[in-house]
Amino acid sequence: MSQPLLLVEDFSLNRNGRQILSRVNLAVHPGQVHILLGLNGSGKSSLAFALMGCEGYAPESGRILFAGHDLTGLSITERARLGITLAWQEPARFEGIPIGKYVSLGMKEADQDKVSAALEAVAMPPKYYGFRPADRTLSGGERKRVELAAVFAMHPRLAILDEPDSGIDVLGLNDIAVLVRRMASGGTAILLITHRDEMVGVADVASLMCAGTILFTGSPSEARRYYATRCTPHLEALGSQPWDSSLPEVRQALASNGAERLPRKEG
Amino acid sequence: MTVVAERKHAAGQRPGWADEMAAILDAYKQAGGDPQSLQLPEVATLVISANDVLMAHEIPGVRFDAEPLEQGVKARILVEAGAKIERPVHLCFGVIPAEGVQEILAEYEIGEGAEAQFLAHCSFPNAVKVQHRMQAHIHVGKNASLTYTEEHFHGQSGGVEVLPRAEVRVEDGGRFITTFSLTRGRIGRMELDYQVEVGAGAVAEMTTKAYGYADDRVTVNEVVRLNGEKARGLTRTRVAVRDRALSGIFTTMEGNAPGARGHMDCTEVVRDSAEARNTPLVIVRDDQAQVTHEAAIGSVNRKELETLLARGLDEEEAVDLIIRGMIR
Repeated sequence: MSQPLLLVEDFSLNRNGRQILSRVNLAVHPGQVHILLGLNGSGKSSLAFALMGCEGYAPESGRILFAGHDLTGLSITERARLGITLAWQEPARFEGIPIGKYVSLGMKEADQDKVSAALEAVAMPPKYYGFRPADRTLSGGERKRVELAAVFAMHPRLAILDEPDSGIDVLGLNDIAVLVRRMASGGTAILLITHRDEMVGVADVASLMCAGTILFTGSPSEARRYYATRCTPHLEALGSQPWDSSLPEVRQALASNGAERLPRKEG
Repeated sequence: MTVVAERKHAAGQRPGWADEMAAILDAYKQAGGDPQSLQLPEVATLVISANDVLMAHEIPGVRFDAEPLEQGVKARILVEAGAKIERPVHLCFGVIPAEGVQEILAEYEIGEGAEAQFLAHCSFPNAVKVQHRMQAHIHVGKNASLTYTEEHFHGQSGGVEVLPRAEVRVEDGGRFITTFSLTRGRIGRMELDYQVEVGAGAVAEMTTKAYGYADDRVTVNEVVRLNGEKARGLTRTRVAVRDRALSGIFTTMEGNAPGARGHMDCTEVVRDSAEARNTPLVIVRDDQAQVTHEAAIGSVNRKELETLLARGLDEEEAVDLIIRGMIR
């Protein structure tokens, strides 16, 4: 297998005295669709913000490597210029910025045909949407499609898509799956964050996140099987000491709750 | 002397007219106007340079009466009852010399059931010490609709004082939508003061946009009184200040009748050593009325900023784009 494009090593994050991520390990390879599956509040979005370098998400320990570069200390702009971008779960609204302009922002050279192609890729007719502002007049689903179009137009090396499927109708899910595969076939690695296991089918690899740590990385179907338990064994085992999973009694509890059936973590 | 605008283009009426017209059209362009539109016979146009009415072109349904004052012009602008004016009425006010005072005493009468849009451009491109005072009375008749968009350009010296004052009455079922923009070049000192009375089922929406820098001063006083049943009011203020500029936004919304609904929405972005203030005042005198307000004063929204940074823009580019979009 190729060298990972993104390598997260023992990454921990503490915000305002609360442990959000604990010793996260994750590898995403070039052109791969890697799904990060987890319940609400499991730390998926926090990991996304940390990868992008957002304010307040500097690591407590561990590091992030991207194409061999240690991202520690790099700004969001510098990370973006290395080829990382993020589609936010709740994208910001911009008064007065036309959608066409917004979609073109990440392109090396603004190209109207490519902007139109990006909008068409998310089923937004450019003639109707191109000059509308990316503001509050868009519905949540429309705004998310614009966000995906902007990422698609940017053609990044790594696209972190934070719950692109939330607030989207059933037909929209298929559009997203097609778009994700299209981006991957164009050479973009995708880290697809979701709590909807219907999206597993689009992925090459899946990681399961629970209570701020990665429980499992492996085949999407296995991840889906365990996710069907809603991580209950893990959460019950963790009890009130979620960050001491190295303790023997916690390990024993994990095993007794059926977590022994889980495949071992990758690597 | 009353200049009745039965005449069409006043070209060639007196020596120097053509040069003055060319200068004011150039200024008009700098304020964002399209000089070509002033030449169209189907477009009602009023052009005033200092205290000189250079052009007053009427069309069916739109009448102008204008008379020069010592330091400005007194004008009456009438849209006849029931008239539906398809093309925006163009108004152009300006002072070309570096110094001067222009006072516009304006009466706008939008007759019952009439509909019209006005595009006003005020330009003072060479101003070093110019004062522009506007005293307007605007009457929007029953079920009438007026959309009034005003754009200013004050040059780069910061030597302009612009003092627009308007008393507006919107009768039952009427609509008054206005946007005031001063976002290119320096502002100098701007003190906008609008008082609006809104009747039953009528609507008043007021948007003010300004971008101040150096030692510019921006003051916006807006009072909207929702006096009629189910009257609607909205004020939107978008101001950015940087360097040592100051802005003060004072908006008052009164809910005085059953079912009246009002909202005040203010965003001010502050950079460098600039200062922004916002004082919304809500007064409700009827237990079935409701007035709300929201304000965001300070830096640009962090999430908006980070979203643009994640596309590869640097912080300066991203902040500029957000501000330009906001005041667009």
